[in-house]
Amino acid sequence: MKNGPEPASGASLAKVIKPCGAHRNRALTRQARQLGFAGLSLKASEIFFLRGETDTANLRSIVTRLLDDALGEAARLEVGTTAVPAGRLVIEVARRAGVTDRVATQLAESAARSGCRIEAATGSRFEMTGAGELSEKDLRFLVHNLLCNPVIETWSFGEVQPGFTSATTEESSTVEIVPLCGRPPEVLARVNNERALALDPEEMEAVAQYFTAEGRDPTDAELETIAQTWSDHCSHKTFAARIETDQGEVVPLLRQLRETTREMRAPFVLSAFDGNAGIVAFADGVRLAIKAETHNHPSAIEPFGGANTGVGGVIRDVLAAPARPVALTDILCFGPRELDHHDLPEGVLHPAVIKEGVVEGVADYGNKMGVPTVAGAVLYDAGYTANPLVFCGCVGEVLQGYDKLSGPQPGDRVVVVGGATGRDGIRGATFSSMTMDATTGEVAGASVQIGDPIIERLVADLLVELLDRPDPLVRALTDCGAGGLSSAVGELGETTGVSVDLTAVDRKYAGLQPWEVWLSEAQERMVLAVPPAQATAVVERARHLGLSACDIGEFTGDRRLLVRHGTKPVVDLPMEFLHQGRPVRRLRAKLPSPDREPDTRRREADIPKTLLTLLAHPNIASKEAVIHRYDHEVLGATVIRPMAGSDQSGPSDGTVIAPPHRPSGFALGIGVNARYGLYDPEHMAHAVVDEAMRNITASGADPAQTALLDNFSWGDPRRPETLGDLVATVRGCCAAAQLYGAPFVSGKDSLNNEYVASDGTRRSIPPTLVITALAHVPEADRSIGTALRGAGHALVLTGRTTREFGGSHYNLVTGNEGGTVPAPDASAPARYRRIHALMREGLVESAHDVSEGGLAVTLAEMAIGGRLGVEATLEEPDECSALFSESLGRIVLEVREENIPRVLQSLGDEAAVIGGVVTDYHLRLGTHRWDGTALERAWRGDA
Amino acid sequence: MKPPAIVLTAPGTNRQNDAAFALEQAGASPVCVDLLDLPGRRGEIERAKLIVIAGGFSYGDALGSGRVFALEAERLLGDLLPQKVSQGTPILGVCNGFQMLVRSGMLPGALQHNERGHFECRWVSLQPSSQLCVWTRALEEPVRCPVAHGEGRYLAGNAVLEQLRSEDRVAFRYAADAYPDNPNGSVEAIAGVCDSTGLVLGMMPHPENHVTERQGRAMVTAQKRGSALPLFRNGVAAARAS
Repeated sequence: MKNGPEPASGASLAKVIKPCGAHRNRALTRQARQLGFAGLSLKASEIFFLRGETDTANLRSIVTRLLDDALGEAARLEVGTTAVPAGRLVIEVARRAGVTDRVATQLAESAARSGCRIEAATGSRFEMTGAGELSEKDLRFLVHNLLCNPVIETWSFGEVQPGFTSATTEESSTVEIVPLCGRPPEVLARVNNERALALDPEEMEAVAQYFTAEGRDPTDAELETIAQTWSDHCSHKTFAARIETDQGEVVPLLRQLRETTREMRAPFVLSAFDGNAGIVAFADGVRLAIKAETHNHPSAIEPFGGANTGVGGVIRDVLAAPARPVALTDILCFGPRELDHHDLPEGVLHPAVIKEGVVEGVADYGNKMGVPTVAGAVLYDAGYTANPLVFCGCVGEVLQGYDKLSGPQPGDRVVVVGGATGRDGIRGATFSSMTMDATTGEVAGASVQIGDPIIERLVADLLVELLDRPDPLVRALTDCGAGGLSSAVGELGETTGVSVDLTAVDRKYAGLQPWEVWLSEAQERMVLAVPPAQATAVVERARHLGLSACDIGEFTGDRRLLVRHGTKPVVDLPMEFLHQGRPVRRLRAKLPSPDREPDTRRREADIPKTLLTLLAHPNIASKEAVIHRYDHEVLGATVIRPMAGSDQSGPSDGTVIAPPHRPSGFALGIGVNARYGLYDPEHMAHAVVDEAMRNITASGADPAQTALLDNFSWGDPRRPETLGDLVATVRGCCAAAQLYGAPFVSGKDSLNNEYVASDGTRRSIPPTLVITALAHVPEADRSIGTALRGAGHALVLTGRTTREFGGSHYNLVTGNEGGTVPAPDASAPARYRRIHALMREGLVESAHDVSEGGLAVTLAEMAIGGRLGVEATLEEPDECSALFSESLGRIVLEVREENIPRVLQSLGDEAAVIGGVVTDYHLRLGTHRWDGTALERAWRGDA
Repeated sequence: MKPPAIVLTAPGTNRQNDAAFALEQAGASPVCVDLLDLPGRRGEIERAKLIVIAGGFSYGDALGSGRVFALEAERLLGDLLPQKVSQGTPILGVCNGFQMLVRSGMLPGALQHNERGHFECRWVSLQPSSQLCVWTRALEEPVRCPVAHGEGRYLAGNAVLEQLRSEDRVAFRYAADAYPDNPNGSVEAIAGVCDSTGLVLGMMPHPENHVTERQGRAMVTAQKRGSALPLFRNGVAAARAS
């Protein structure tokens, strides 16, 4: 298994082994047990490889000063071979050369500061006991799931070879010519496949035609640039496609969403579906930028790095608005946690491992950036086993310089700031537009990036300095995301043309091919258009902060994309072909025909047990084990937190953010319910928009000043049924936006979330739409939580309950089938506005919406949040429906006795007092009674 | 006159604005100075009447929390911080600032990985327990505020613990010894300690995130009270007296 580069001779190699401590060993042993390896115990150490012309005394001083911890087990310095303790299996892991490694970089830097010049690399060492019984296959599974990710690390039984970054090869300037002109379709298809371009056959044909007309073949970099720019990830070719259905052609999906927003003429929308993020300004005049992205494919193969850079990427989108990031969201979808690892599809990581890595990745980036992660959801479904979903969102406060961004002018410099460029994440855009199979983890190795949030923290500080002023030093900017410089420079120079020299790009290490520099998705980089007079100042300021910064060329005015490597031409393409040359995709959709007949079947259930089972279902159960790993307090602006009640014991609806020096703020609400999507995609769209609107309304935000974000994660749109579901969902989104008066301002689609097993069977995710609502909170001091506040208060149910069980969690936990997905509630928008008015008058103590699991779950959660009791009576239409139906448009309000008449007067027959709050911690619904502690035990599980 | 205060940061610090806001609320006049701005802005630190070392992830905490911050501060400031203490300047290190003070030897003990092995953010109640410490002296009620850290488990040898107790240098204890009240498994539920002068306080929780009524609105009840503003007022009063 040893495949790392050999260390260079001459310099001495030392190895420091530092035991991790009990917390890490306990966590590993617990995770191993979760994966079904009960008898195993693990002991982990960090390894630091040090190489350089130095002596043992110096090395010892490095260990003492930079690695040893007071009161911790001392680190061992070893030169030569390590003895393997008897009876134990030792596995060593080393990070691959070239993969971002902040620890190694810092170690070398700090050692140099104290006068010792060394190279550093890192790894881990695991000693296992109780592994004797394991088969080779099980051991390999364990190693790849728990100890090492081969995408970024190498491993070995016993000693591993370190991956010193400098051990890579020499600089190269090879530009390959790819013969396409006049070639038949089979050859084009082979090139498409071999280079993983993920282009449609018609698109390959258009590329070949272009170059045939030019009388030359493309370079490797030109072909890659086109593939990145034309990928679904970058050009949204499905959302722009011409779609034929049985009912005729539909308006392209993106245009439907855009036009819906335009027709609504909401005064608070400043920018929708344009640039990196949507921008709104509510009544307080504060301009907010919002964006949400997915990072599904990378998270499937390297969960920590994938989720980590997903957060980093969406923060850069908001930085590019330009805005100062102030809040993060994350919506995560995983396979079942208890899955037996023998039932896993080949090459797929275990859902528990994916979850652990993803949560740690989100936490690491957000916490280190110092931006609070405040809203989200975690869902489980077998459909997400091979394709986990990671949605990351970010809200920012727009910088003053926004008004002065004129776009690049000919003569402006192209300045890249942030991290240096390495061989990370090459071909991310095309990778994310492909279907995965058992070998994806191996071939896509280079597609995964590792982030460095501290660099991005400094990039954010730099951009605020450059742009939060009336006379910004930058005329345009964008982030390096999928496609790296090829997308960012190509996009920024679209209207002017641009010429850059790749030799000017700062590299992490030598040995990169020109096309690799051009395509690298090394993280934490922004491309700026800077007036020539300011370029030196911008570069110097960035370097002062410790960032990489380089001036790589200029915006020209000839509307061509020119890329050189020194004097060697690498790319020479007209912007028009690059951005408008892609043939419009033509697709067929088969629209779904959902069952919407009124449901006449009464349902029965063991009600006491059903409620406890619902509370314990992972979709409904407490997410505190995840939430508390995110810093939701930094910036001091969090008013309504993701956990409710003074013990943080209950779930929140929306969260409210308001800086302490300002009376107003904003709320974030999330709607997602893929189970509805399986039965009725159009009504799912209504339902999740309603959920997001309920969340922000319940938290005290103004539903009349709310903007929406859409994120679609879908299967392969070339399958007519899958596309039909998408068409129906977009139709539902547009209708819902109009109904609620809440325009979409931004969105993103992630398609091809499918996995092809080795036997050829395909697995697609359930159609998953995530709606994020961003709403104005006029008075943050009047924001509302979900936790009950006082005994003696009344509980008012608003909205109507009908028998709607299609896709419900009642069906899921009781094994029932059938029923209709909750129908749109046309009266909901007006009612939410009246509820908001009541909250502004101070007449509502707490509020919680009714969602998965129905009213019984809502009331239980309010009780748990406040650790108070509830007594309520329930009638229509029947007990089961009253308790567990998931009809839309319902919010429970806690109201003081004296305020009941005013509340009922305002809400008319859309509200009814159903019970009240009592001191004793229990829930009584009709004839059924549960102890508060029993509810809490079910809901919190082993959290 | 408002006493001039410095919020000291390093690349990766992220709660400096929160700390500056709290200092303003308490009547000080704060500015942020980063280690990158040295030696140019050393004079501002020399003139400061109060110093807060803010929380975050200085240098990514790549070699363990606060270590590089402490080494770089020593390289760039020499013994300026100990000198300031001998001149009577109160210093507060919060979270990463506490970790830095411990790594630099200005406060005793060690801050290790949380017992549960991961980052933890939640509100806690703190019992002020030192009359020596200028920051906690005469605080009348517990302080409620959030923790947000991965390496906050305070540990010290028995001799050090005995010394801290006998010299009245345990500044804050978590409300109870068990998780989640004690969110990281700190020995004797210690959340903050001070130096032998009482001027230097290091604490893991974030008092700067509970200085307005609204920040604590959802987290405070009749039984669980406690703004952290009096803590900062204490610090500002001590700065005025110095």
